[in-house]
Amino acid sequence: MTGAVIEQRTPTIGEALRRIRQEAATYNGVWSWLATVDHKRIGLMYGATAFVFFLIGGVEALIIRLQLARPESSFVDADAYNRLFTMHGTTMIFLVIMPLAVAFFNLLVPLMIGARDVAFPRLNAFSYWLFLSGGLLMTASFFTGNPGGSIFDGKLGAPDGGWFGYAPLTLNQFSAGTGIDYWAFGLLILGIASMAGGFNFVVTIINMRAPGMTMFKMPLFVWMTLVTSFLIIFAMPVITVALFQLLFDRLFGGVFFSVAAGGTPLLWQHMFWLFGHPEVYILILPAMGIVSEILPTFSRKPLFGYPFIVFSGIAIAFMSWGVWAHHMYTTGLGTTANAAFGISTILIAVPTGIKIFNWLGTMWGGSIRINTPMLFALGFIAMFTIGGLTGMLHSMVPSDFQQQDTYFVVAHLHQVLIGGALFGLFGGIYYWFPKFSGKLLNEKWGQLHFWTMFIGFNVTFQPMMILGLLGMPRRISSYSDGMGWGLWNMMATAGAFLIAFSIVVFMVNVVISLRSKEKAGADPWDGRTLEWAIPSPPPAYNFAEIPQVKALDDFWHTKYVESETGVPVPVVAGGAYGDDHDSGEGLGIHLPSPSILPLIAALGPAIMAAGFIYYDNPWLLPLIPVGVVITLVGVFGWALEPATE
Amino acid sequence: MQHAPTADVQHAPTIDAGHETSTGIDNRKLLMWLFLASECLFFGGLIGTYLLYRNSGVAPPCPQDCVFDGVMYQGLFDIPFTSISTFVLLMSSVSMVLALAAIQRNDRRGLGIWLLATALLGVTFLAGQAFEFTAFYNEGLTLNANLFGTTFFVLTGFHGAHVSVGVLMLVSMYIVSQRNGWTKEHSLNVELLGLYWHFVDIVWIVIFTLVYLIQT
Repeated sequence: MTGAVIEQRTPTIGEALRRIRQEAATYNGVWSWLATVDHKRIGLMYGATAFVFFLIGGVEALIIRLQLARPESSFVDADAYNRLFTMHGTTMIFLVIMPLAVAFFNLLVPLMIGARDVAFPRLNAFSYWLFLSGGLLMTASFFTGNPGGSIFDGKLGAPDGGWFGYAPLTLNQFSAGTGIDYWAFGLLILGIASMAGGFNFVVTIINMRAPGMTMFKMPLFVWMTLVTSFLIIFAMPVITVALFQLLFDRLFGGVFFSVAAGGTPLLWQHMFWLFGHPEVYILILPAMGIVSEILPTFSRKPLFGYPFIVFSGIAIAFMSWGVWAHHMYTTGLGTTANAAFGISTILIAVPTGIKIFNWLGTMWGGSIRINTPMLFALGFIAMFTIGGLTGMLHSMVPSDFQQQDTYFVVAHLHQVLIGGALFGLFGGIYYWFPKFSGKLLNEKWGQLHFWTMFIGFNVTFQPMMILGLLGMPRRISSYSDGMGWGLWNMMATAGAFLIAFSIVVFMVNVVISLRSKEKAGADPWDGRTLEWAIPSPPPAYNFAEIPQVKALDDFWHTKYVESETGVPVPVVAGGAYGDDHDSGEGLGIHLPSPSILPLIAALGPAIMAAGFIYYDNPWLLPLIPVGVVITLVGVFGWALEPATE
Repeated sequence: MQHAPTADVQHAPTIDAGHETSTGIDNRKLLMWLFLASECLFFGGLIGTYLLYRNSGVAPPCPQDCVFDGVMYQGLFDIPFTSISTFVLLMSSVSMVLALAAIQRNDRRGLGIWLLATALLGVTFLAGQAFEFTAFYNEGLTLNANLFGTTFFVLTGFHGAHVSVGVLMLVSMYIVSQRNGWTKEHSLNVELLGLYWHFVDIVWIVIFTLVYLIQT
């Protein structure tokens, strides 16, 4: 009798997996998200997850600003302050801006090149789940990372070594507890996720373009994705090595960064910035790509100097490998090294400047429409230019000696990362939101969002420039009244809360826009690139018929011909590829089957990491083999299951 | 199990198989080349660290004969022994090529034999590495003994881990290929594993040359 019951209740793993696949293939319910391999769904999950981390990182920033608003404040103690700024930086860079950019890669690249999905849909899902587990692992350190107690005893965990984690500050001697271990393992996992994504997008862009779409007929965003992906696959291994070295030193008594053993902590700085400066361009190039899509659409002109923007993007990527030591002028590398890196840093401004002039050229003489995406693009150009120019000040060695480790650096990096990257990304959200939700974001709320964010941003960070010039060091948890920094700090704090308010406006906008009954339609902006040729939101298969591409901005040319005076004239019944798109059923399109195995495979590394972090605890040590087994099960199942059924 | 899973990837690619790849290069092959390019930076970082720290240790033991506080310490490296294990690994690249050649002429049995031979040579290399590690450990070289210990064990350890993953894939491929009746249409799988295996081999040649042979 029991035998019969067991017989009834034990479906084989294969059956269970098949059932999940069937559930997921209905495009409904939880499984259809957990097992999805659809680039659009993965993109949305990347975006939503990154936004949650954005809120977490934002709250950290607000706590930091509250602490600094007044001199000699005791809102948080110095220990908690160190952990907060470390996590704020790490979160915003690795868990917000990078994954937000990857969300756009996922959503847009296949649509823009006329493909049905990325080259490796399951690898794509694996990247996302790995990113999520790495982010959760790192964030969990808040609760568990402090040896002096847990967050429930008022003891904040989390790493405390700053986002670039300089040795020896991150070695056991100066950073007890497990915070740094969580940080290092979290970054390792995030790095693998990024690399997997990088491989995927390079292969997708090189190999999956629609017929006729040569490299120089690709939208600029696709080019910037390609360049960024190459940077990712070459930069991430470098920090992977550095993080392994750090972990060997911390966990197993290695001496990579030990001065006593004859080693040098500067090794960490070299490794970190050899990764870190390409990383800066990994953060900014996607935003440049987005802006290069928004400007032509709302100027109703093709992108000015397309090949120049492409080649300057490539030039930036190459040069980004030769500038890392400008982060290290004050470490005593010597005059020759400093001069060389100063020159290379000045030179990298040239391709950046070329881009800015070409964007201005794009708008010149265009019939410009000002709306929220365009405002963010314009904000990007203005703020990024200031950010770039302050960067130029850092490239000059004597000038940098004065600015090193002051708020001027903090102001500069926020100027490029918020005024640059984040403005570009928000512009992208406003621009492509109708494509993936079917609804336009409300314009009034959008403009309120832009102006509050723009003003808040400037009120926050321009005072920081002044603070830096007044000599306020970064990473201090309080300052005395007599320094005269109180006013500027209070302004910066007020600005930070204005930015927070603008984000609330954005969230309200998303909610009311999604609830609105008005449909956006396939092509609300009169767009130029292929994604606007298909319905909003796009069907699972993207294109009923793969488009035949003849020109750059091919979709535009199906809608308009140019009159003799160069004015675009609409084509009668233009703007469509092939037949009507509603008849998607029965097109005989084979899409990759959903799979839960990437999720399973991605669980393993974080479990393994937990085992290593607590390897001196016999109860937690077994997590290492458990993680290994889970990963192997996931990977083998993945390799053996058919990609399509 | 009529169709092998990997065959699907080849013949019903994950997009609609309406058109070939833009470049004509198989997606998976391009992926493997990119992965290996990325791995160059990984091993480059580890090898670079080893070279940076060569001869800057402040305590014995050393790879070559060295003197600390007037005491002479014998070098640990046993070049003849490591040359043999290097030779073994090099030969495994030959057997890997033979495995690919076998499946390309539809010889599944030949594929199986050469895959196993490659795995066996890989395991032999790993055994040599285990022996070497043990010998060094007994001479007092631990991970935290000095810079040499840390940089040497981490560099060669990561290389050994790559070889181990390769052996695991070889054995897995042996089982799958024999059970699923692979034909020459599956030869791309073997080719991809071959690329990985040759890469790991080449990395060892670099390590052997820079770490063992060039003595400064």
